[in-house]
Amino acid sequence: MIALQGVSKSFDGGATYAVREITLEVPSETFLAVVGDSGSGKTTLLKTINRLIEPEGGEVFIDGEPVHATPAHSLRRRIGYVFQGIGLFPHMSVAENVGITPRLIGWPEQAIRLRVEELIDLVSLPRAYLTRRPAELSGGQRQRVGIARALAARPSILLMDEPFGALDPVTREALGSECRRLHESMRLTTVMVTHDILEAVLLADRIVVMRHGRIVADGEPHALLCGHDDPAVRTLMDMPRRQAARVRALLEERGA
Amino acid sequence: MNSRLHSALRVLPQYLGDHVLLSAAALALGVAVSLPLLIAARRSAHVRWPVLAAASLIQTVPGIALLALFYPLLLGLSALTHRLVGWRLPALGFLPSLLALTLYSILPILRNGITAILNLDPAILQAARGVGMTSHQRLLRVELPLAAPMLMAGVRTSAVWVIGTATLATPVGQTSLGNYIFTGLQMEDWVWVLFGCGAAVALALATDQLLSLIELGLARRRPALVWLGLAALLAGVGAAAAPLHAAQRGGYVVGAKNFSEQYILASLIARRIRATGHPVTERTGLGSSLAFQALAGNELDVYVDYSGTLWNDVLHRTSRPSRQRMLRELRASLRRRYGVELLGALGYENAYVLAMRRGEADALGIHTIAQLARAAPRLALGGDLEFFARPVWKALERRYGLHFRVLRQYEPTFMYHALMSREVDVIAAFSSDGRIAADHLVVLQDPLHVIPPYDAVLLLSPHRAHDPVLRRALEPLIGAIPIALMRRANDMVDRPRHKRSPRQAAEWLAHAAHLR
Repeated sequence: MIALQGVSKSFDGGATYAVREITLEVPSETFLAVVGDSGSGKTTLLKTINRLIEPEGGEVFIDGEPVHATPAHSLRRRIGYVFQGIGLFPHMSVAENVGITPRLIGWPEQAIRLRVEELIDLVSLPRAYLTRRPAELSGGQRQRVGIARALAARPSILLMDEPFGALDPVTREALGSECRRLHESMRLTTVMVTHDILEAVLLADRIVVMRHGRIVADGEPHALLCGHDDPAVRTLMDMPRRQAARVRALLEERGA
Repeated sequence: MNSRLHSALRVLPQYLGDHVLLSAAALALGVAVSLPLLIAARRSAHVRWPVLAAASLIQTVPGIALLALFYPLLLGLSALTHRLVGWRLPALGFLPSLLALTLYSILPILRNGITAILNLDPAILQAARGVGMTSHQRLLRVELPLAAPMLMAGVRTSAVWVIGTATLATPVGQTSLGNYIFTGLQMEDWVWVLFGCGAAVALALATDQLLSLIELGLARRRPALVWLGLAALLAGVGAAAAPLHAAQRGGYVVGAKNFSEQYILASLIARRIRATGHPVTERTGLGSSLAFQALAGNELDVYVDYSGTLWNDVLHRTSRPSRQRMLRELRASLRRRYGVELLGALGYENAYVLAMRRGEADALGIHTIAQLARAAPRLALGGDLEFFARPVWKALERRYGLHFRVLRQYEPTFMYHALMSREVDVIAAFSSDGRIAADHLVVLQDPLHVIPPYDAVLLLSPHRAHDPVLRRALEPLIGAIPIALMRRANDMVDRPRHKRSPRQAAEWLAHAAHLR
């Protein structure tokens, strides 16, 4: 379980807050989506969980233990992280990229090799790609490698920051579904930041909406789709519904 | 032409070997110093700024000045180590050159490295933190490997600079390809100058190509190329250094200042020592006052200096004793103050003289310096690079009331050309120079006897003051070289046509002076 208690972070010495007094609990094996406009603080919130950003106030707990109790690098080795810019190491092969965290932990080479092959199968890439450099892959293939790298050291938590933002719609949909499948098969606790509300609705068990560094809505996708007190949240959640309705209308028009 | 080329090729193994060793050592040391600085500077602007500023500042100091500045510094340190532990740090040659070139090599490596590390993709740096790397692991596994190609480009720039600048190590007593250039310049031997330039350029290009192989290997992540480049570089350094080892260095060290007569005499002295079966190293092209300090510090064993120079510039005496008395007092004072042994005078004098073109001297009716003083305000005087700082010029100026329209400094070779092409009207020439006769110059008389005697004298270092081999080999030279022979030997080397090398002139001199 991930728990945030009154977490605050300001990048300008307190004049404005990127996140302000956020309290949030993510039970184990939940797929949580954090949505909001750019600048709403969703990425900052995500990064406080693996200490890529250190909050000024409040505390983050994982399974009841404060994250500060562990050195940052060992904490991060236990938490998978998929980056917005993918961030594969250009000087390493696909296999070296995927195997990096197990190697840092000190797994035996044989175990690393087996795990890398297992993961490359799981993210549906041909094994021939293992020796390639990131520059030789397409955007979608690179993000598959990024996901494999995040999962290599068998973390129980997976953090994803706009993981599919730069991909074409078809790849995006396919990768999203695969992430959900991996989330279930590996029994992960997943936190995904996205600005795509439809993606959040389709993949997550629970959605948190952020604005100006605060949580303005928190609930299951179905509940949020059915309505909310906050008019802005309502407008936001109406979007997938309106889109779905238009698609349905289009199909019926042709069918008629 | 052919014999010039041949004589240049003969010394190539030594010059090239020394040049390669010096450059390689300086570059290796430069990399060794730059990398820790780079790592310290990579995160903190407080370190980065002063480090880069210091490296840039060093780069603006002219190479030859940097080399020259290290000599007195090391001389001071040398005196200190002598006092403290009884051992003298060598202040001449390899060490000052190495230190100056190392400082010179730092900037390109540091600047490229810092630029490369600062421009790394932030997404990749964040990914490195995100997968759980410590600061140390990020440096070794991500930052340095990604910065390596650009860092290597800096090393390449640095290597080319160092190899080029190492030619300037000659005047501080380190043999290098610069010996061709400095010697060639002195003797108007353009074959040698070109040969030296060509060799340095070829060496720089070859090194650059091998380093570019390493850079390519780093950029393409092909370790085989990196190893190939490194192996080829090491093989090159080894091959260049091998003849030095074989040449069995050490033995006696013969010094020479930076003009033709000194080269000839060094060659003559070396020839006589070699005949006794002992190895000899020649250190030529030394700055004038550098040579005496090097001898007093036992870094040279023997060289020829001139009594007036020692009297004025080393002992700082202003009186004008007779020739014999000056020699007697010099011998006693040098022994007492420096432990240096004045073995004896060679038999000729190489004095500063004021000389003019015959036509102009006759037209103006000038035959003495006193007559020159009246016409001087309309005339230009040329001197060598040291003349105007010497006490003898101050004395001439004061005693005769000399005021020239303009004073110009030249390399000695160009000074004679300047006189013949009427850029100057009077020059401070050297009385043993073959060009005085060859150019039909008039030597002005010195009725007030301001110019001291400049007898050529053999000096031995404190350690070799009583060395029987050296004494046996060199005593026959005392009083054996009349001025006429020295002038002819100088002329052989300096004349524009049918030039001889200093070694050939020394051979001729040995025969002409009936030395066995």
